[in-house]
Amino acid sequence: MMSVSFDAVIRLLGSLGRFALTSLDRMGDATTLSLSSLALLFRRPWQGQHIVLQLYALGVGSFIIIAITGAFTGMVLALQGYYTLAKFGSESLLGAGVALSIIRELGPVLGALMLIGRAGSSITAEIGIMRVTEQVDALEMMAINPRARVLLPRIIATTIALPILVTMFDIIGLASGYVIGVELLGVNGGAYIGEMISKVMLQDLYAGWVKAVGFGFIIGVICTYMGYRAEPTTEGVAAATTKAVVAASVGVLIMNYVLTSFFL
Amino acid sequence: MIRVEKLSRTFGEVAALNAVDLQVRKHQTTVIMGGSGSGKTTLLRMLAALDKPSSGHVWFDGHDLASIRRKELYELRARMGMVFQYSALLNSLNVYDNVAFTLHEHTQLDESIIRTMVTMKLEQVGLRGFESFMPSELSGGMAKRVAFARALAMDPEIVFFDEPTSGLDPISAGVIATLIKDLTQKTHMTSVVVTHDVHAGLQIADYIILLWQGDIIAEGTPDEIRQHADERVQQFLEGRPDGPIPFSRSKTAYIDDLLHKPGVVRIL
Repeated sequence: MMSVSFDAVIRLLGSLGRFALTSLDRMGDATTLSLSSLALLFRRPWQGQHIVLQLYALGVGSFIIIAITGAFTGMVLALQGYYTLAKFGSESLLGAGVALSIIRELGPVLGALMLIGRAGSSITAEIGIMRVTEQVDALEMMAINPRARVLLPRIIATTIALPILVTMFDIIGLASGYVIGVELLGVNGGAYIGEMISKVMLQDLYAGWVKAVGFGFIIGVICTYMGYRAEPTTEGVAAATTKAVVAASVGVLIMNYVLTSFFL
Repeated sequence: MIRVEKLSRTFGEVAALNAVDLQVRKHQTTVIMGGSGSGKTTLLRMLAALDKPSSGHVWFDGHDLASIRRKELYELRARMGMVFQYSALLNSLNVYDNVAFTLHEHTQLDESIIRTMVTMKLEQVGLRGFESFMPSELSGGMAKRVAFARALAMDPEIVFFDEPTSGLDPISAGVIATLIKDLTQKTHMTSVVVTHDVHAGLQIADYIILLWQGDIIAEGTPDEIRQHADERVQQFLEGRPDGPIPFSRSKTAYIDDLLHKPGVVRIL
């Protein structure tokens, strides 16, 4: 009996170690792959046109979903905030509460999660399918470096697109929070705006943008990596897409905690 | 044109090629034949420098592809073309832009000149008039012909073909085989074809290399191959299911498996 449980512990430790090793191995691989791709930014041929194309496809394409998420997040925050603040008779702080939650936390995080769902998954699937159909090899045979042409523009695009999308998320969220707080719940409009302006510091805005840049970057890195290294089969691409969404989401949440602890 | 020395490639524990030596001669069609898992696609990928050998050398016109720098390789690539098994057309671009792709990327030619060149390449493969079609609108055989035209765009000295006739109906397969043979002769290019299609292989080859489990078991002209004494060669040419190359790939003794003997290796 004793020996059985001992074996089980050893097996458990073994598989934990294996998991840690393969995870580290993949992280190292992803880092080398994305760094070697990013280094090509400063090499000819210049990929500007392809970066703009990806910015359009990934950024502009994600605007609607970001706008909807921003609107409803602002609205629900105003409702919940009012409910809580009313208990202390400080409804006038509602504006500041909604603005700080959105700008510092919810804008970057929800914006990033939406970008993963809308754009990240399609990055992985697209690159994975290019692998399956040998288009990556075809580019290589035509003397086009797939890292420069396929990976680099997508990493740059998500890194640039997310701060812009998050800013839009913030504006729409604050506006819809105002509508619910002031028009529906009857908080004094002047107090709402006044508290908001006096409590939100410039550094809160910076914190939000730094987060957005960081999240955009790791979304680009993880989703391109998963697609590029996908096993070249139908199941391989499906598995890679799932893995990319999970890994990017978890990555964003962990990074969010680390960055928040720096900024407080 | 290409000389291969003691070329080996292993994937983990599995050896796909065992120290293979061979030559691809200029202005000839060299056909590499073999069954599935014989290592022929692995070999082709290393001839085209899409994969690195585990050991050995691939000499392309004096350059060792095993240790070449990316910049030099990309210069050599202007002299190579490749037609992939699934055509690998860029599916966001139409036929014209696919064929013109390398010309747009690597030359500063005027669009009118590029248009003329693309028209000529499409005429060579018999698909003029399909410029505005998207890859998804083409049949398998047509997509292969477009891929062929794209490979020819830069007037390469050598073109690699990965299973050019597989997945095509007999007529389309015949068309592709004839195109390879004709264009190789007319334009004095060099072709390397990997196939398991014995009929097409014998028809177009100047020289045949027959692979089995990572080793070359026969090479020579089509006639020499037809008369080859090796039983394995004859079995492959006739497509007999059993012979020196066994039908059964099971790894354990049948009787042990039936009796559920302990210690039997289970294969998935």
